[in-house]
Amino acid sequence: MQQPVIHIQHLNHYFGEGELRKQVLFDINLEIFAGEIVIMTGSSGSGKTTILTLVGGLRSAHSGSLKVLGQELCQATSQQLVQARRRNGYIFQAHNLHCSLTALQNVCMGLEVHGNLSRTKMQHRAAQILAEVGLGDCLHYYPDNLSGGQKQRVAITRALVSYPQIVLADEPTAALDSKSGRNVVNLMQQIAQEQSCTILMVTHDNRILDIADRIVHMEDGTLSSNTLSLDAA
Amino acid sequence: MILQQLRRRTPLGWIQLRHNKTRLLVSIGGIAFADILMFMQLGILNGLYDSNTAPHRQLQTDIVLVSTQARQLTNLLSFPRRRLYQAMDVPGVASAQALYINFIDWKHPETRQKTAMLVVGVNPDTKAFDLPAVNQSLDKIKLPDTVLFDRAARGNYQWVIDQVEQKRTVTTEIERRTITIAGLFELGASFTTDGILLTSDQSFLRLFPSRQAGQVSLGLVQVQPGSDPEAVVEDLNAYLPQDVKAMTKQGFVDFEKAYIDQNQPIAFVFGLATTIGFIVGIVIVYQILSTDVNDHLAEYATFKAMGYRDRYLLGAIFEEALILAAIGFIPGVGVSLGLYSLLRQVGALPIYMLLLRLVLVFTLTVVMCSLSGIVATRQLRSADPADIF
Repeated sequence: MQQPVIHIQHLNHYFGEGELRKQVLFDINLEIFAGEIVIMTGSSGSGKTTILTLVGGLRSAHSGSLKVLGQELCQATSQQLVQARRRNGYIFQAHNLHCSLTALQNVCMGLEVHGNLSRTKMQHRAAQILAEVGLGDCLHYYPDNLSGGQKQRVAITRALVSYPQIVLADEPTAALDSKSGRNVVNLMQQIAQEQSCTILMVTHDNRILDIADRIVHMEDGTLSSNTLSLDAA
Repeated sequence: MILQQLRRRTPLGWIQLRHNKTRLLVSIGGIAFADILMFMQLGILNGLYDSNTAPHRQLQTDIVLVSTQARQLTNLLSFPRRRLYQAMDVPGVASAQALYINFIDWKHPETRQKTAMLVVGVNPDTKAFDLPAVNQSLDKIKLPDTVLFDRAARGNYQWVIDQVEQKRTVTTEIERRTITIAGLFELGASFTTDGILLTSDQSFLRLFPSRQAGQVSLGLVQVQPGSDPEAVVEDLNAYLPQDVKAMTKQGFVDFEKAYIDQNQPIAFVFGLATTIGFIVGIVIVYQILSTDVNDHLAEYATFKAMGYRDRYLLGAIFEEALILAAIGFIPGVGVSLGLYSLLRQVGALPIYMLLLRLVLVFTLTVVMCSLSGIVATRQLRSADPADIF
């Protein structure tokens, strides 16, 4: 039987300390298998982003079980979290490109963290993948000179350049107009298919739900409909 | 291995600095300013010590004998000349000669205004100073009432210097005696004297009728080749009566410095000013680095989310700090050299760049930038990707 890439069981998470401690995730159960594109919807404050940051290793879960690529991340040390972060590509709502680095250098940063390629090889691969997403002419542009859609494409390239097995995206189209947004999700879908990677995406954007294999809905810290299929939506 | 890693690495610190040209220029200016402050304070301090000990260092001697009551070169008091003959008894002593030193009012040869000069009487048959200009003119001061004049004396003596250089006779008046200026040499002014007049011991005694030949101000003791001046100093102090003390030439320089430190706290004042320069530098570099860290907080958090360790980002900030230290130092040295030369010409202060001072100020600059870097990196903790996104 195939092991899920992301396996969440009875996950609880809290914010704050002592008296102010507030539970934000209640008994979450979710299995995502290799190659799946899962979209998570829900109103703001429902805990979507919290799940994403837990899966991405940006914070350590409190109780329950959270296995990503076979590794338990619940109660993980900061050392283990750093290792976990390197295994997935994280795409943010804002592009978060470093404004002092060119498009090419920004993408190289996604490779440098792994420390296994020479400088020339890194630049070669970064240039290649930037060309694939249609930015071959803008390699040495600074983010300030790129459009919103182009910046988000560079950010996606940075997340995907090291061929991660999991891509986590937090409202990647929120800051984009509908056409650029469409381009961006198409790009993600295309690369996901080529690299056969798993995508977990949080979004409010109804226009892009069609790329999902499965849609899950969050409400008030609980996962309300785990098996909602595309047809039912 | 480390070199390989460095070559792989994106030089993030340098790239960030280079990207914001205005901020880079301001930082270089700020660090250069702090460096100039430090260079000037240390330079002037050293220049003051040097100008105040110039006569000491130019004495052609191994050991000096002074009265136990002596306070500084211009206030030596006198001791019996017999002590010099007694010193000859000590093994290792080759020769001992007397120097007579006293202040006197003289009239400026051009303006006829009275100022105090330090008169030094030497035996014209021996070389008391290691100054070629003096030693070539010793024959001239064998004539009575003839002096050699310190061209670096404080005050406007250009006319006098021109006249003497053109071999014209310049005369002036001291204690109603007509004095001829026969030659020039260079030692410079100090805190206590405007300048020095060098003359023969005979002329000295004529200028100061109250001084006796048997009471001398300073004894110059040469040791025999192969003798250790330090050891001879000990023997002299053990052998001679308590009214004189012997010290090495360097000891005499230190004696003067100690007197200056005791009476004019210049080391404290200039040391304080140097410290202020250092602190100004820390504040400037901290402002620059912390603004830079703040501007890049979201990017740093992103890097952390990608799996970069804090160490990597600390490295980038320290890289910025060290690059700033290095490139701010260069204009700092350049401007300081210019100001040194200005001070030499205008202030008649012997102020030169020393290798030791370059190393010291560069080290201080690196420490200054590193300290600012350490404080600035504290903000990195707030670059937590979980809180920012």
